[in-house]
Amino acid sequence: MTHVIQGNTGDWELVVGIEVHAQIISKSKLFSGSATNFGADPNTQVSLIDVAFPGMLPVINEHCIEQAIRTGLALKAKINLTSVFARKNYFYADLPQGYQISQYEYPIVGNGNVVIDMHDGSTRVIGIERLHLEQDAGKSLHDQHHSKSFIDLNRSGIALMEIVSKPDIRSSEEAINYVTKLCLILQYIGVCNGNMSEGSIRCDVNVSVRKHNEAYRTRAEIKNINSIRFMSQAIDYEARRQIDAYERGLQIRQETRLFDPKNGETRSMRSKENANDYRYFPDPDLLPLTLTQKYVDAIKEKLPELPDERKKRFIDNYKLSSYDACLLVAEQSVADFFESVAKGRDPKMVCNWMMGDFASAMKRMTRTIDNPPVSADNLGELIDLIYKNTISGHIAKEVFLTMIETGKTPTEIVIEKELKQVTDSDVIEVSVDSILESNTNKVIEYFNGKDKLFGFFVGQVMKATNGKINPVILNEILKKRLESLKVLFNEDNDLL
Amino acid sequence: MSNLTKLTLSAARDGLKTKDFSAVELTKAYLDVMEQRRVLNAFVTETSDIALKQASLSDIKLTKGNAGAMEGLPIGIKDLFCTEGVRTTACSRILETFIPPYESTVSGKLKRAGAVMLGKTSLDEFAMGSSNTTSTFGPVINPWRRKSNFASPLVPGGSSGGSAVAVAAHLALAAIGTDTGGSIRQPAAFCGVVGIKPTYGRCSRWGIVAFASSLDQAGPIARNVRDVAIVLNSMVGYDPKDSTSAKISVPDFEMALTRDIKGLKIGIPQEYRLDYLSNEISKLWDDGIAMMKDAGAIPVQISLPYTKYALPAYYIVASAECSSNLLRYDGVRYGLRIDGKTLDEMYKKTRANGFGKEVRRRILIGTYVLSAGYYDAYYVKAQKVRRLIYDDFNKAFQNVDVILTPTAPSSAFGLNEIDDNPIAMWMNDIFTIPTSMAGLPSLSLPAGLSVDGLPLGLQLIGRPFDEETVLKVADVMERSIDFKEIPSLLRD
Repeated sequence: MTHVIQGNTGDWELVVGIEVHAQIISKSKLFSGSATNFGADPNTQVSLIDVAFPGMLPVINEHCIEQAIRTGLALKAKINLTSVFARKNYFYADLPQGYQISQYEYPIVGNGNVVIDMHDGSTRVIGIERLHLEQDAGKSLHDQHHSKSFIDLNRSGIALMEIVSKPDIRSSEEAINYVTKLCLILQYIGVCNGNMSEGSIRCDVNVSVRKHNEAYRTRAEIKNINSIRFMSQAIDYEARRQIDAYERGLQIRQETRLFDPKNGETRSMRSKENANDYRYFPDPDLLPLTLTQKYVDAIKEKLPELPDERKKRFIDNYKLSSYDACLLVAEQSVADFFESVAKGRDPKMVCNWMMGDFASAMKRMTRTIDNPPVSADNLGELIDLIYKNTISGHIAKEVFLTMIETGKTPTEIVIEKELKQVTDSDVIEVSVDSILESNTNKVIEYFNGKDKLFGFFVGQVMKATNGKINPVILNEILKKRLESLKVLFNEDNDLL
Repeated sequence: MSNLTKLTLSAARDGLKTKDFSAVELTKAYLDVMEQRRVLNAFVTETSDIALKQASLSDIKLTKGNAGAMEGLPIGIKDLFCTEGVRTTACSRILETFIPPYESTVSGKLKRAGAVMLGKTSLDEFAMGSSNTTSTFGPVINPWRRKSNFASPLVPGGSSGGSAVAVAAHLALAAIGTDTGGSIRQPAAFCGVVGIKPTYGRCSRWGIVAFASSLDQAGPIARNVRDVAIVLNSMVGYDPKDSTSAKISVPDFEMALTRDIKGLKIGIPQEYRLDYLSNEISKLWDDGIAMMKDAGAIPVQISLPYTKYALPAYYIVASAECSSNLLRYDGVRYGLRIDGKTLDEMYKKTRANGFGKEVRRRILIGTYVLSAGYYDAYYVKAQKVRRLIYDDFNKAFQNVDVILTPTAPSSAFGLNEIDDNPIAMWMNDIFTIPTSMAGLPSLSLPAGLSVDGLPLGLQLIGRPFDEETVLKVADVMERSIDFKEIPSLLRD
């Protein structure tokens, strides 16, 4: 699909590349043994290394290396068996060492890709340029005192992965889908909780525009975006700003910009010319990181099923539509819930229930799948009752609501409320006959061509039996009954 | 009692074992001499209370028979090693009041082995210098004097000048130093004592205030080869806290002193015959070669063609690393802070006042060589040169077992003689820097006196992690040289 932005001088194409900073789930920091819990009191998760005391040395946390490799493998990327940690030097009060240990020339992960799913069911491949490991900085708190800034170093040294996409993204929708999908992959393999509000995921977005088939134009980098919605707004605003500038004959500077969510604008932070010279060089405290292919292969073997693979399996094994499969795998625990309910049951029916009454109840009750309105077991039991014709789909909806209200199992509710469906033909025939007898005029109208009245009869029977009659059997019997009556009606008009 | 300070470390060790004297007596003897010779300014911080406490503990252990390898032996520790609860300054104003809540791996190992810390010895600020004149606590004075000018004080060399003087002036049995480009070997040569820089990675750097991470290495200074071997044994070993420390087994260095060097090949690098090398140093070197020949070793001419690029390449690499390593001294968390109206102003004031001239010079050079547009031309090229220097040695060691060179191109110089000429100062390390760049073990031992009565040193360089051969050869040479001179100040 091609996405164009209309300008006064014709169509423009948007070019976006995204750098995602993802915090690695790890008990300790990238180069020190300090804890990494979110929300701890300021400066309580800090070691002498994190505070950069003299003579302190970094030691690589092997777990973080493994997580980076797992991520690389999940992004179908090349794992570099040799990578080098480098120092990015700059002064800031929340950067105790005066440098950030990062990877520069030789990242641990090279080219890979992410397949994104578009709303029309199509997919697009977004290239990954690289993934590298780096330390996070501390946090400067400027709002605690009228003249002083406070520093919290709990975050200082926490392991981040910077995942850099190629400039393959062509619309804000693709950008949303890319970040969403990337987060999903990270969650599936358990390397990052993907929580933007806690800052576990932060995005820098590189935006430029160009005319069709042109080389890339100058880009602006929008830094530190912490919500998907803001990212989308920032991209759209920035694209429009650049197009307007070009169309007014102005140039775009290569610069760093900040997105201001209050008025939905991006504004210049600093131009690249005035930017810090980071003086990258290999960190002499750390030897180059070398891995064996065997080590990487062993990690690969233990990699869990990824969203794309799971989607394919849902389509192949459960015969779900691509749309349904996509929706289910979009949240790992939703897919897990689905699978535990679908085991030994009709997957399509389970899917419909999850997307229908279950999803709306969850939304209404502001619950999540981890705290579902009814348990997977109970939902499964309900579906079994429908499947075994114990209750009708109609009754099931009512039972479902009662399940939520009372927390009882569907079987308990069906017994208590005597909702068991009537499937005995003799019983149903009696009800049908009684309705037909008391509505002879309508029956004659029906015979005279008013077919719609069939529904009326069904409704009347249902009403008389509190909806407990199996609708399929009812339809059959009613049809048969009416047909035999019609024969009689035609043979002897006087009969009625 | 003052005779106790004349003992070598191994003799003192024996005396403690046989109860000829106690560790407390030995320690008190040193504390007395330290007080008498404070004029030398070898110690930045004296820790007599700690020393006496440790000594009495040592006496208990010696009696109980569970003494460590260094039990009760009083030593000095360069003020670059962080010592728990004891001020550690790197001889810089910026750390003048810094008291670390932790102990460096190396000093911790020595303490666990029973060593008695007498105090923290002086150094050039942040170990940057070859004269021990850049310390914020003033210059250290060499106990040796020129025959021709007895009144004029001389530098002890640097940066481990305080450690070398502590040993030479009998203020300690031994002292530990660090060597980045010659900081153990050159002052050892200037002060007439033995010093060894082990292979890079032998000793943990954890807790040592960093100068240039890829070059810094701890090592001992003592009065003879056996003594450095003993101290070295208690300093080395893999440390999981230092990613660059080597996972390699540790031999017993004292056991390496077998006196047998028959058939060993001694490399003599032709490139070290500098045009401006003085006759007396040339002669010293030749005498050394002759002695080894007498002991049954075989001198072999070798070539180390990239030697001449070592010095400039070293100053690029070391300065680059220091410019980054010293960024942490920003006034925010510890050390000196001079307030400013803005964060940037606080940084500027703190660092401009906290660092001395030589440190600032090297930070500027390092910042320059790493900056955009210059990185490839300087830093990357210097790293390539470093590789070539390493290859030079590697090739040479295919044919020889150890290399013999002078330690420094001159003897100790006067206190203010070359202070205003940084390049001349840097030339002091011309013979020691190539080994540092290659990370090789190398040792300096006193080999004679200059015409003017000052000690001169010879340097032995070994294969990576082959300190044993270096020590073995040094031990044999030491016997042949039989250097008995004592510093001018100690003669009475």
